[in-house]
Amino acid sequence: MKQNEILETIRMIEEQKLDIRTITLGISLRGCAGDDADTVCGRIYDTITRRAENLTRVSHAIETEYGVPIINRRVAVTPIALVADALDLDGFLKVALTLDKAAKAVGVDFLGGYSALVHKGFAQGDEALLKALPEALSTTDRVCASVNVATTHAGINMDAVARMGRIIKEAADRTAGRDGVGCAKLVTFANVPEDNPFMAGAFHGIGEPECVVNVGISGPGAVKSALESVRGEPFDIVAETVKKTAFKITRMGQLVAREASRRLGVPFGIVDLSLAPTPAVGDSVAHILEEMGVEVCGAPGTTAALALLNDAVKKGGVMASGHVGGLSGAFIPVSEDAGMIAAVERGALTLPKLEAMTAVCSVGLDMIAVPGDTPAETLSALIADEMAIGVINHKTTAVRVIPAPGKTVGDKVAFGGLLGEAPVMDVSPYKSADLIRRGGRIPAPIHSLRN
Amino acid sequence: MRAIITVIGQDRIGIIARVTAILAECRVNVLDISQTILQELFTMTMLTDLSAMEISLEELSTRLKEAGEEMGLSIRVQHEELFRSMHRI
Repeated sequence: MKQNEILETIRMIEEQKLDIRTITLGISLRGCAGDDADTVCGRIYDTITRRAENLTRVSHAIETEYGVPIINRRVAVTPIALVADALDLDGFLKVALTLDKAAKAVGVDFLGGYSALVHKGFAQGDEALLKALPEALSTTDRVCASVNVATTHAGINMDAVARMGRIIKEAADRTAGRDGVGCAKLVTFANVPEDNPFMAGAFHGIGEPECVVNVGISGPGAVKSALESVRGEPFDIVAETVKKTAFKITRMGQLVAREASRRLGVPFGIVDLSLAPTPAVGDSVAHILEEMGVEVCGAPGTTAALALLNDAVKKGGVMASGHVGGLSGAFIPVSEDAGMIAAVERGALTLPKLEAMTAVCSVGLDMIAVPGDTPAETLSALIADEMAIGVINHKTTAVRVIPAPGKTVGDKVAFGGLLGEAPVMDVSPYKSADLIRRGGRIPAPIHSLRN
Repeated sequence: MRAIITVIGQDRIGIIARVTAILAECRVNVLDISQTILQELFTMTMLTDLSAMEISLEELSTRLKEAGEEMGLSIRVQHEELFRSMHRI
């Protein structure tokens, strides 16, 4: 090995905050189904604690041996609406508490999969899960929930969109003492991927094996730093530089995924090639966009810069990994990115601009705080717009929005840790209640005659 | 297994002697050393073979790290495969 290559890796880890964001163990809970809540909960707890028994130990061993920080260990399970389909509301609440207990027992910071897929309608378990959501999010610490309300094949379930607005409001109210943190653990999706290792939207899809290891990488700091060396160069060189850096980052992810898979005796699933920011200095996606030449993230040109970034990350990463999946791209969660927070505070980054940015990057309106008095119908309408972008463009989009209880534009919410803090953003005062009240389904789009 | 040991920090007398003495005590074989002064910092990378080592990798890391802290250096031990996979296709 050449010394400069060794030192480059060390600098990426030490100075540019390169890390493995998460090793996520996907666990099938299909065998846990039943019609008695206590029996189902017992099976769920046993399955998770048995399967994830060695996750923390193995993760720490890899971290020590390779000298690569592995920030989080997580568990994703089969959508609970399927597993607990035969249970009533009380049963679903018990399952949420059981998942929380199991997550704490195996030492993971989040467990995803308190989820339902309702893009065409609601089965019995979906109904119960949606009713349980606000309480389940307020009585648990580590359980993450997601609801898929739209797909390109099915269109948008507007009844579900309407309900999500109300659920988000109620989850915020029930966690009002903690700035509405319940909503930070709830994602509304279009075209949800079944193998995403990132929270809060992770679950173990029905096409997945019994148990699987998925790895999510990070590294906005490493990309930003690489771009500093090509200041003023044309975009061809920018794209090439991002690709090379993404390749190196992903190779590290692939290595960790392979080792984790071998040591846990669990098949390797995918590496998720995402640039996932954290609130730490030097770990921001917004700062990459600014390095490309916009004065502040959100200025005209931001969408173009983000489109290039998202595409180049995938191109560089695909060759570095055997299997790529999950969300793969650039994340733009406002509260979790120091540059995004600063851009909102300077008035450069607004909700409409973020919406445009979500059309060209992975995920969507993520970790956005809005005034606590935003009507449920307005939240639903924000979701509907985002779902439409995903459905029409054949991509995943998501909304994780927090109507901060008792707060308004200019205030701040603080969740701490990876969830960060967010300035409350301005939402259009004009109403969308009549649109949301219609309900029904927006039909699936046509994919010929494209213009 | 083979590991890359990197030593970075303020230059002073006896860094190599101290580090290699610990490696010898721990039965770590040095295969290759490259040392230079980069931006006024002492920078050394060593390729080592740990197959005869009788202590755990974690213990070796801790002993080197402690010695490094005494001398104002940062010392890391990392599996060679990390660097190989990141920089070679």
